[in-house]
Amino acid sequence: MRLQAPENTVTFTFDGRKLRGVPGEPVAAALMANDIKLVARSFKYHRPRGVMSAGSEEQNALVTVGSGPQAEPNVRATTLEVSEGLEVFSQNAWPSLRYDVMAVNDLVSPFLAAGFYYKTFMWPRSFWEKLYEPVIRRAAGLGALSGETNPDKYEKAFAFCDVLVIGAGPAGLMAALTAGRAGADVIIADEDTQMGGRLLREQEQIDGQAATTWVADVLAELDEMPNVRRMTRTTVTGAYDQGTYGAIERVAGTRDADMPLECFWRIVTKHAILCAGALERPIAFPNNDRPGIMMASAVRAYVNRWGVAPGQRVAVFGNNDDAHRTARDLVAAGIRVAAVIDSRADAKVSGDFPIYTGAEVIATKGRHALQSLTIRHNGGVRTILADCLAISGGWNPTVHLTCHMNGRPKWDEEIASFVPTAGSIPAMETAGACNGTFSTAGCLAEAASVAASIASDLGFEAEVKVPKADDTAYAVTPLWAVPGKGRMWIDFQNDVHVKDIKLAAQENFRSVEHMKRYTTQGMAPDQGKSSNVVALAVLADATGRGIPETGTTTFRPPYVPVSIAAMGAGSQGKGFAPERFTTSHRATVARDAPMIEAGLWYRPSYFPQKGETHWQQSCDREVGYVRGAIGVCDVSTLGKIDIQGPDAAALLDFVYTNTFSTLKLGRVRYGLMLREDGHVLDDGTTARFGEQHFVMTTTTAAAGLVMRHLEFVLQVLRPDFDAKVISVTEQWAQFAVAGPRARDLLNTVLDQELDDTAWPFMSCGPVDVAGVQGRLFRISFSGEHAYEIAVPSRYGESLFRMLTAQAEVMGGGPYGMEALNVLRIEKGFITHAEIHGRTTAFDIGMGRMVSLKKDCVGQSAAARPGLIGDHRQQLVGLRAKGALSAGAHLFEKDADAVRVNSQGYTTSVCYSPTLDTHLALGFLENGRARHGDVIKLRDHLRDITQEVEVCDPVFFDPTGGRARG
Amino acid sequence: MRITCPNCGTRDRREFYYQGDAIAVHRPDVDAGLDAWDDYLHNRDNPAGETQDLWFHEAGCGAWVVVTRSTVTHHVQDAVLAEKVKR
Repeated sequence: MRLQAPENTVTFTFDGRKLRGVPGEPVAAALMANDIKLVARSFKYHRPRGVMSAGSEEQNALVTVGSGPQAEPNVRATTLEVSEGLEVFSQNAWPSLRYDVMAVNDLVSPFLAAGFYYKTFMWPRSFWEKLYEPVIRRAAGLGALSGETNPDKYEKAFAFCDVLVIGAGPAGLMAALTAGRAGADVIIADEDTQMGGRLLREQEQIDGQAATTWVADVLAELDEMPNVRRMTRTTVTGAYDQGTYGAIERVAGTRDADMPLECFWRIVTKHAILCAGALERPIAFPNNDRPGIMMASAVRAYVNRWGVAPGQRVAVFGNNDDAHRTARDLVAAGIRVAAVIDSRADAKVSGDFPIYTGAEVIATKGRHALQSLTIRHNGGVRTILADCLAISGGWNPTVHLTCHMNGRPKWDEEIASFVPTAGSIPAMETAGACNGTFSTAGCLAEAASVAASIASDLGFEAEVKVPKADDTAYAVTPLWAVPGKGRMWIDFQNDVHVKDIKLAAQENFRSVEHMKRYTTQGMAPDQGKSSNVVALAVLADATGRGIPETGTTTFRPPYVPVSIAAMGAGSQGKGFAPERFTTSHRATVARDAPMIEAGLWYRPSYFPQKGETHWQQSCDREVGYVRGAIGVCDVSTLGKIDIQGPDAAALLDFVYTNTFSTLKLGRVRYGLMLREDGHVLDDGTTARFGEQHFVMTTTTAAAGLVMRHLEFVLQVLRPDFDAKVISVTEQWAQFAVAGPRARDLLNTVLDQELDDTAWPFMSCGPVDVAGVQGRLFRISFSGEHAYEIAVPSRYGESLFRMLTAQAEVMGGGPYGMEALNVLRIEKGFITHAEIHGRTTAFDIGMGRMVSLKKDCVGQSAAARPGLIGDHRQQLVGLRAKGALSAGAHLFEKDADAVRVNSQGYTTSVCYSPTLDTHLALGFLENGRARHGDVIKLRDHLRDITQEVEVCDPVFFDPTGGRARG
Repeated sequence: MRITCPNCGTRDRREFYYQGDAIAVHRPDVDAGLDAWDDYLHNRDNPAGETQDLWFHEAGCGAWVVVTRSTVTHHVQDAVLAEKVKR
């Protein structure tokens, strides 16, 4: 029921029923205004539940928002804002919220106590996977995902500041105001839609005016300050190293398609002030979970802030003076107070309502909503009619963030609660209720002083100016559980009650961490925010220890649930990894070439032609181009590193196993690089363009790795070298021109004709390409007479188009990765399929390339016993009549194909159209001495068995005459 | 986690590539013997407390940095350019 008719309402639905609500108010308030009390079913026993709190700590009122792929389960109705057309659904109930079949669990609850799964579903063992687990999984869980791709937008963002104020209640506002006035760069974040915290729901005065007026004035002043940023709807979820904080922002509050739903923030700050306030804790008494039983402070929030009455006859049950405020505010709002029940015999309460001191609630009635409660008073029992019961077991400071880096809160006997341990998070201070300071005046004074001290640490002049405010002392006498008939709920979200915790203690799960896991206390989405302290107290009692000795469980981030979608915003689908395109990408795609990923690059697999129905046909044709006429291939993705300086040659001698200082100007040499542990890192060619100038190429896969390695050598191992390296991969477009007609093709684009004496095999130099300065390398990865021609990237696309057009006239054309792979396997050239991190120079047959005349990375370790010898698996070629597979294992012809008999494996395979046979490269024990042997290849995964002949890895043109010719 | 790059100032750890123990700075001579190389390549302490490791400011200035930090408190004490570390 609403206390006053609202000015502006919108329509939303709850389980399909159309309801009116005020835009921006919590759905919980709107349901209350429509007299809906039954909102959800509980997790385990499917008990009817209603709204319990007015904040993000809500345990009961979890709902699903939206439908189809946009459905979002487990949203708290207490923080979900009403907007036009909002669809809200109850969850965990079937067929309906009122008549839920699974409520049968509640009737058999004596059999479903804590540890029930562990004790019951033990035997027979084989039933677990097939029967027990599937059945339990279907019955358990809270809410359900749609299983479809979520089209909602999410965002992530970064922010930096001097002072991060977490929470915008009286303490937070005062801290931001003090630090802001001093001139510090301040961010103040609060999870509510409006700032003000507790002051928005209390009837209090600050500086002689309504507290809400003071809040409005402070916000206006903060908004005037360019050095203060206010973030509402933003929950700071975690404290991390070096002043980094995570926060989740519900950006618009509504489901506006143009706005991201949530934004995940990383905020880096020099100082933080935690002003997170406190959470009211429930009292465990029999059947304390009926719809209509809610926190006393929440009742004030709904009445004072949202103008809705949670009931028509409200009873209040508490163990502290703060609970009395609720009764007073209800009376002021014209709502009938059925009783004030205070567990303390000496409590001082006055008001125009029945008062029972030294009394306790021992029973409640009402299936779908509270109807009455029974109290024990003066040795007798009395029943009170009420449709709402406001409860308060005292306040727990919100210490969670102080525990995120292993900090443990300490017990404060006076307020019967945990308070933060100073210094738990470096450069974070705490102020106000989260520090155990509960009066408004105390909050304001403490926050002002903490903020001023931080501001002066930062070098600002700060003034402590505190307004006058309520200074009522807080008095509480602990009351955790009221014994009686029926279950006394502690963790409402996970359906854990007092008896479960006692059972855990009885079965010797006495450590708080054991109890937690045995009972699932605090393991629901709310992570035991409101329930853990009560559970601890009950455990302490059951084990005969005090609460400080019992200790606490560890609070870990995030403070509230954070969508994975928000943390991974922008990283779905195409956003998962950046895409790198070569300059020939457009021309290649225009030829319908299927693109494959090579690291972040996209390269053509093959270039299909009319009539070709299988990639193998295209591949064979392209191999034929290169072997018979001319082929063109974009090789720009290979890493290109420019190396200059007086010690450039010395650097190369140190990183390559072979010598480069002897390389003549205008010449290219193949080089092999090792890791320091003696295994091969990468290979490639390096060209000498000047006395102090080299250009290195790396494989596509290892371009970044080699760059990092060179910097490591220059900065860490040999800072004495005077040389600089820089990646120029993106700056040059480079194309392989390969085949018997390579020189003819190049002569159509070069300004000067090539001749064989000036451009022998393994030469390099500058050339003019249609008036553009380029570079030419006579190198070959196909074994044919071949060149690589490089031009600045901006000319790449037109050069590719020129080269391919000319090649087609000459009986050739472009070739893709498939053909490139066949060409290099035919020649026994290795790639990272062979140098996969576990092979040495010896293994690949390049042991003699490790020069012992100089030191180089990996030289010492490569000589270790064990890395050299006949037992090593050595690179070999394999031929067969039938198709082979990479990753297959090699066995003696008659041996069983089992692991212990494996003598090696294959790394690369192809069908060679040139030799009309199937080829593989692989590693075989003592393989170099076994050329000519016939062995067995077996691939258990693909079910392939082949007899293969071991041979030299260079299958084609072993003398290399074609490349030199 | 934040690391103060000597060139760029304090940056998020996402800008850095983590290599491992800063022992890598002290490369043995080529003929130092198997044991010395074994220690250099493979044997690492796992201290609860101060540790030194190498980070590469890959998404920044490209400097290799020796970072001194605590594995217990995560406090980053110091970060110096690897090329300035005395060998």
